[in-house]
Formats: sequence, structure tokens, C-alpha cells
Amino acid sequence: MKGQRPEAGLCRAGVVVRPIERLDAVRTGMLHEASLQILQDPGITCFNAEAASIFADADCPTERSPGDGAWLVRIPRAVVEWAIDSAPSRVVLGAREPANTLVLDTEVPRVYFGTGSETNVFLETQMIEAERPDRSSSPTRYPRHTGERGTVRRLADSARLCNALEHVDFFIRNVNIQDEDIETSSKDVNIFFASLRYMTKHVQAGLTDVSALDDVVRMGEIVAGGPDRFYEAPPISFIACLVKSPLQMVDDTTAKVVQFARRRLPLVISSSPQGGSTAPVQEEGMVALINAEILAGITLTQLISPGTPVLYGAVPVRARLDTLHDLYGAPEVIHYNVDCVQLARRYGVPCYSTAGVGDCHVPGMQATIEKVFSHLAVAQSGAHYIHYAIGLLDRTGTFSPVQAIIDDANVGVVKQILRPPAFDQSDVGAAVAEVRKVMRSSTRLFARHIRRQIRRGVVSEPYTLEGDGARDDVIERACDRLAEIRAAPGTPLPDDVVEAIYREVPGLLPKERFDL
Amino acid sequence: MDPLEILSGIKRNVILGRVDESDEGYEGDMEGEPGVTELVARAIEQSVPVQRILSESLSPAMEAVGAKYEAQEYLIPDMLASAECVSSAMDILEPYLVGSDVERKGRVVLATVEGDLHDIGKNIVGTLLKGGGYEVCDLGTSVAAARIVDEVREHGTDVVGLSALLTSTMTQMRSVLEALEAAGLRDRVKVIVGGAPLSEKFAVSIGADAYCRDAFEAIDWLDAMRQEA
Repeated sequence: MKGQRPEAGLCRAGVVVRPIERLDAVRTGMLHEASLQILQDPGITCFNAEAASIFADADCPTERSPGDGAWLVRIPRAVVEWAIDSAPSRVVLGAREPANTLVLDTEVPRVYFGTGSETNVFLETQMIEAERPDRSSSPTRYPRHTGERGTVRRLADSARLCNALEHVDFFIRNVNIQDEDIETSSKDVNIFFASLRYMTKHVQAGLTDVSALDDVVRMGEIVAGGPDRFYEAPPISFIACLVKSPLQMVDDTTAKVVQFARRRLPLVISSSPQGGSTAPVQEEGMVALINAEILAGITLTQLISPGTPVLYGAVPVRARLDTLHDLYGAPEVIHYNVDCVQLARRYGVPCYSTAGVGDCHVPGMQATIEKVFSHLAVAQSGAHYIHYAIGLLDRTGTFSPVQAIIDDANVGVVKQILRPPAFDQSDVGAAVAEVRKVMRSSTRLFARHIRRQIRRGVVSEPYTLEGDGARDDVIERACDRLAEIRAAPGTPLPDDVVEAIYREVPGLLPKERFDL
Repeated sequence: MDPLEILSGIKRNVILGRVDESDEGYEGDMEGEPGVTELVARAIEQSVPVQRILSESLSPAMEAVGAKYEAQEYLIPDMLASAECVSSAMDILEPYLVGSDVERKGRVVLATVEGDLHDIGKNIVGTLLKGGGYEVCDLGTSVAAARIVDEVREHGTDVVGLSALLTSTMTQMRSVLEALEAAGLRDRVKVIVGGAPLSEKFAVSIGADAYCRDAFEAIDWLDAMRQEA
């Protein structure tokens, strides 16, 4: 195993799957080779001087790119393969509640689901009752949706909700805080505090301003109970999309990656090319390109600090052909993601993957269809850390709490579908004995033997949002559940922790602005 | 064990749904302990009157199980487990009922109609009826109308329960009713019908006395009819 890290005593269960592979070994090898060829020719266009220097010092041929002030970096095969070998195959992501620790281990295809994006719209839903036109029967009820601006309070509200949802394993800040008194320099500490205020699971976000990094890390250390505990199982981690597709390492995000890696902070090296515009639309072209971009980022982190914990961050999407907007519901997006999972597994690097995005603007059948196919297929491939899985609508532009509750219910079903077989020879023997026993009885019914199986955990509950009888009340049930969660106090940070954060971390909005 | 302990044990095991000692019980930790069949056999050995077994163990146990089901503490499999316990107990007690002063709630003949081999629903109804204190004569599946008429004529019965799963076989129910009518037996028995494709409207159209959506409705209907009588 590469990059040993402390074993976590406890971790969230997630679901351990037997990965279904889309690519055979030959095709996986083809894509790996194609990515290596791309990294050598045309190579990466790097807009960050420090990163260009780091690559050059590692014997990567580097030259100034005429006209744009960038450097053209060609990364040789040997350097990439050294970096792949250097990256840890197990990454531990801690949490305020130790039982919520995540262990991402390439030798164990344990799948976790969580939120994602930084949405500008926070969609509230209310059930409205209205008379039918002919007044012949009982009034009809329908959902009314209202888009609101994101604020620190809404981000805290979202975190409290996701903390209560059973199948949300981690929390990526999912609401863009647009409070008028937030400055660029204070945005990061407020994002992390709003996320951590009511959250006992792992919290992850990007960084707006690299100068805020030390304050954010200090906040994480206070939540963890000190620097040593923080580095053993950090309750926060970072996302960096340092490559702008195609193949351009941007200046500011690359500067952040340099700082993350110097501190050996866990981070996602993500890339999000759009098939049909910033990447080839066909599977082999898209995956060869995104894989090259992610490998370039991973290589940079390992050159800076070998052993830096990184996640292979695949966020490929396809373009709509009518508008060139993202089209997450396209089957090709599942192909892209599953291929990336396989490549990450080949490299022994835990995989951050993408599923559960609805192109539709409101909760309902279209959103569910777009989401559930990818929830299932990407999880089935053995992706470790599936982001975007909860509550997103309008591609990645809207967060809907009601949709988050529906997604949580659906991910619960997906986890049940993917649970591994639980029987051994003694269970098979018991099953045969059960058949014989029932056949000797007058009823010939197996019903009373269900209870043993319920205790074994092999009998699923009905869909948690099912309506009475044959009625489809999913949205109304989700609204009810949301009201219950919002009426509960949640699990706020202890007062002494909040006091310590306010004492040591500058730039936070007044405490009451985060209170729910 | 003294008789009181045995009666208490029968009641407890019915509530836990343990037919015999190989059953693990509701919490899964009772395998090897005597279940209902072993305890009923012991009660017989110790000459405990059948009436006491019924009135102090089986009936109150099923009432308790019914209450747990109403409170959503128990699910249908739990109800069936308990009903199966009572059914097994009644199989043992059957020879001792003759000549005793035990009053049964009534006799019910059950059958899946001719051409239809489905019997899950019918079996559940039978189990719960037995557990509820009714004498049940199950004629099986694909039963011809003439066979049902013969059973009613020869052994007498209070209720005939007919089951069908298929739209193509549910029409056989009308044939059974017509056969009972032709044999002059229709006014002596109530006929209830059930099955997935059936409806209240269908039951009325063929002249049945009741349509029961599930086993619980059947028991409720029978109990209500008995009280009216």
C-alpha cells in the first residue's frame, strides 16, 4: 500500500460494492497511454510561474509559451508514474463526530455520497392547496417553488439538513454565500464556519482567497481538538480545479494547490471538461483528456510534497447540442465517470466522482430519472466519494432542500441495491432447513421466518417517502420531513468551540447570523 | 412446570410467534426453549382442560398480538407467526375438542376456484382464521363447484370463502353460487369472496354476501356477522 496513514478506528459504513467495470484492461491501458501522450505533446499550458518552476526542476521540459505569458510544460511518463506511485492509496477524512470519519482506500471499494457545487439559487418549496375548477372533488395540492439568494444562514441550514440525512456521508459547501457584507478576504472563513456550525460529518470546500488558508486550517484544528488530531483525521479538506480545460493550469488555483500541498492538506484535484466544447465528446477522447489533466495536477502535488493526500477528481460532463450548456443527464456522462473510476483504481488513488445531478429546474420525475441512473451506475463502479449527489437542480446552479431529502431517500435505495451478498454456507444450510420446515407445515408460508432475516439486515424497508395507498406524495412527504428537521435543534458546535473559533479566527460575521 | 406456568408459557410463545423449540422467537434468542407445540403437549399430559388452554392462553395471546398489530409494533409476518402457533396448537387439541364444551366461533370452508392454482392469499386467510378461533376446512386449489357443494351438504358450514387471482377464473365464483343455489344450500351459508382482481362491485354482481380485501377484513366481517347472529 502506498502512503501509509493512520488507520481509522471507526468510519461511516457507506456501501462496499463489487465494482462493475465498463472497460477491460486493454482499453484502460489504451486510455492511460493516451493521457501520457497528451501530457508529453501538447503538454500542459501553465499560467503559474511557481508551478512551472517546480515542473522544470523535476526534469519536465518547460518553455515559455509565445504570446500569453504562460509556460508550456511537457510531463514525461516517468515523472507521471512516479507521482502516481507517490500519491497515497488511502486517505482518511475526519469529522467532528469520529464515527463519521471517511476512509477512502483503493483496496476497498467503499462508496460514499455527498453534496457539491456552490449554487447561486436556494430553492424553497411549499405545498399549495387549490380548489379544482369544477369543485367536484377534494382540493388539489401542488408544490410552489421559490428561488432565494444564498446566505451564510442558508448554508448553515443546508448543513444542518445534510447532517440529519442518513445517506449523506460528507458535506461539500453547496450554497454560494451572497451576504452583502461578505468580502473576498472573509468569504472562506464564513463558508467553513457556516458549514461546520451544525455539521458533524466531513466538510469540504474550495478556497476563494489563498491568504485565508491559515485561518481556515486553524478553524479545522479547533474543531478537531488540536493540530495533531487535525492532521491525523482532518475534519475539513479542499477542492482545487486547477486545470481549465483543455489543459490549462490556471494561475490562482494552482497557487492554492501549491499551498495545500506544502501543508500536506487533503485535497481533490478536480477537472471538469465539457464533452463537445472543452473536450472531445466521444468517450475515449474525453477520458484521455480529463485523465491527463487530473494526472498533471496530482503530479504537481507530489512534486511539492510527496505523499500529499489527493483524490482523483473526475467531474466530466457533456454539452447540450442546442445551447452548449451542461447536460448531466446524458448517458455519456455516466460512461465518462465510470471510466475515470477505473483509471483511478488502476492508479491506486481514491476517486472523487460525479453523480446525481438533475438538469431539470424543479423536483419531480425528470430530476429523479436524471439523478437515479447515475447514482446507481457510478456507485456500482466503485467510486469512493460521489459528489453532487444530493439536492442539485438546474444542473449545478440550484440547491433544493426538498430535492436533497428525495435524493437521500433514493441513495438509500441505491445502497440497498448494492449491498453485498450476506450469506455463507451455514446460511444456505439454514435456508434449506427453512424450506423443509415450511413444507412440513400446513400453511406453507415463509412469512414468519422473515423476522430472522430482518435482524440480519437483508430485508429493506419500503421507500421512505411513499404515500398512502397508491398516491404519489413524494414531494409533500419531503416537505414534511424538511419541516421536522428544521424544527429540531440539530447538533451545533459546542459553545466553547465556537468561542475559541471567534477568538482565534478573524473575519467571521456575527454569531447570530449563523444561528438557526 | 405446573399448569399455570404451562398456560402462561403457551400465551407468551404465541405472542412471540414460536411454533416449536426450533424457533428463535421475536428477539432471536430462544432457540431450544419449548415452543407452543411442546407446551400444549405438556398441558395435555398434565390433563389441563382444553377450555383453559383456549381461554387462558390462545385467545388472550391473539388479542395481545392484535393489539400489537394495531399499534404498528407488529407487522403481518408477526401476526402470521402467532396465528400459525394457534393453528398448530389447534391441530394438537382437535381430538380433545370432541365431547368438550368448547364452543368454536364457526366453521369456514375455503377454496380457490376451479382453474386457479393460486393459494397464498387463501392460506393466509386460513391461518388467521384458525388463529382467531374458527374451524377451517381448506379444500385447496382449483376446486370444482360440485366439490364445494358436497362439502357444505355433508359437513355443514357457516361460511364459504372463495379465492381467485385471475380475471379469467374469478367468474367461476358465480358458478359456485349458482351451484349452491341449485342444491338448495345457498340460504344456509354465507359466501365471502376475495382476490387481487376482485371488487365490491363484482361481489355484489354475483350475489356474494361480502367482498373482503384481505385476511383482516375477512376476520372482521366474520366476527361482526357472528355478533349480529
